[in-house]
Amino acid sequence: MNYPESYRYTKEHEWVSLDGDTATIGITHHAQEELGDIVYVDLPKPGAVLETGKSLGSVESVKAVSDIYAPLAGEVVEANELLATAPEKLNEDPHGDAWLVKVKVADAAEFNNLLSAADYQTYVGAES
Amino acid sequence: MPVQYSGLVDEHHTVRNSVGLFDVSHMGEIEVRGPEAAKLVDYVTTNSVAKLKHGQAQYSGLLYEHGGFVDDILVHKVADDSFFICVNASNQDKDFAHIVAHNQFECEVEFASGKYAQLAIQGPKALETAQQLTETPLAAIRYYWFTDGKFAGVPARIARTGYTGEDGFEIYVDPEHAVATWNAILAAGRAAGIKPAGLGARNTLRLESKMALYGHEIGASISPLEADLAWIVKFEKGDFVGRDALLKQREAGLTRKLVGFEMRGRGIGRDGYEVLLAGQPAGWVTSGSPSPTLQKNIGLCYLPIAHAKPGEKIEIVVRNQAVEAETVPTPFYKRPQ
Repeated sequence: MNYPESYRYTKEHEWVSLDGDTATIGITHHAQEELGDIVYVDLPKPGAVLETGKSLGSVESVKAVSDIYAPLAGEVVEANELLATAPEKLNEDPHGDAWLVKVKVADAAEFNNLLSAADYQTYVGAES
Repeated sequence: MPVQYSGLVDEHHTVRNSVGLFDVSHMGEIEVRGPEAAKLVDYVTTNSVAKLKHGQAQYSGLLYEHGGFVDDILVHKVADDSFFICVNASNQDKDFAHIVAHNQFECEVEFASGKYAQLAIQGPKALETAQQLTETPLAAIRYYWFTDGKFAGVPARIARTGYTGEDGFEIYVDPEHAVATWNAILAAGRAAGIKPAGLGARNTLRLESKMALYGHEIGASISPLEADLAWIVKFEKGDFVGRDALLKQREAGLTRKLVGFEMRGRGIGRDGYEVLLAGQPAGWVTSGSPSPTLQKNIGLCYLPIAHAKPGEKIEIVVRNQAVEAETVPTPFYKRPQ
């Protein structure tokens, strides 16, 4: 699986891409693989304020429900509506079409504190 | 045993439609031998051991004096003076201690988990898969019977039992033969589309068939009468550990009982979630999951006895939100005969 070099990652298995002051947040391929068949995705509405490290929503698979944690602070500008009707897309394209939310970030410097693709892959390699 | 191999849902459907293979070697085994072995096993279990014939297996309960479960177990009658008991891995030490503590019958009680690996071949194509590996005529073994024979070239106990609600076999072999037996089964099942299946599918399969899981539907504070398992309690057989407490409970009337539910609103009622009746806390979910076979969100819960029947409108608190559900008849799934 390809972990895009331009993304940053967290130890809680989220990814972030940054375009100006707008961040796109998703969960990693490793995360969807661990969760298995995803049946529900609960996301915040536009306008919701995210705090770094706090739960922003949840992903539920057949076997369990898991919180998703905000990798950085900001205000939600868009939640991916695709996932309301087709949660299984999160298993199929976690790094692309099945992004979770777009956020206007409070402090773009937070992005640089996250893990690089190489560090994240080392981390999940060590974890498994 | 991993949670999943090819994926929980895929493994689940494979077992329902074809055949799956589970490595359940973690399960514990306890052997009871001696002239009065039947008396000891009868005394520590709820079901009737006297009715068992050679080669017959029986689902049963091991209870405390207060009527709660030490464990749920499978008793196999090997001979008049020899019983083979399959128990839950996490309970095996206390099960063994419990049986030993009640051994006033001079039986030999052996902690035998190290002697057995266990592989479960489950699904409508389990018979044709397993038959390729043994000369023992497997079709002649009825459901919940077993025989000793050779399987994939090694001595094995071949039981027509399982924890999936499908036809199938649980094969007990010496651990040194476990890997070779596993590989032989996968090779024999290739044409049938066999797949290894994990703990996740094992859980959804047993839930659809309403088979209890220790620590969920049953436990030290729950009696078999409450768990809708009165059919494994044989009061008429005479004294057994926990009998007095169960009699008292039956006389006083049950206050709560296990019942099945289906979610009506969006959400999945999972283990430990609160159940509301008319907006008030009334019970708890013991197990809940999407049902891959039925394509519904199902579960089991404890409710006050007056409401522990199908057709009750309930709500389940899913992450601080009350979600509508309704009690339904169980099992959720029964295999076509």
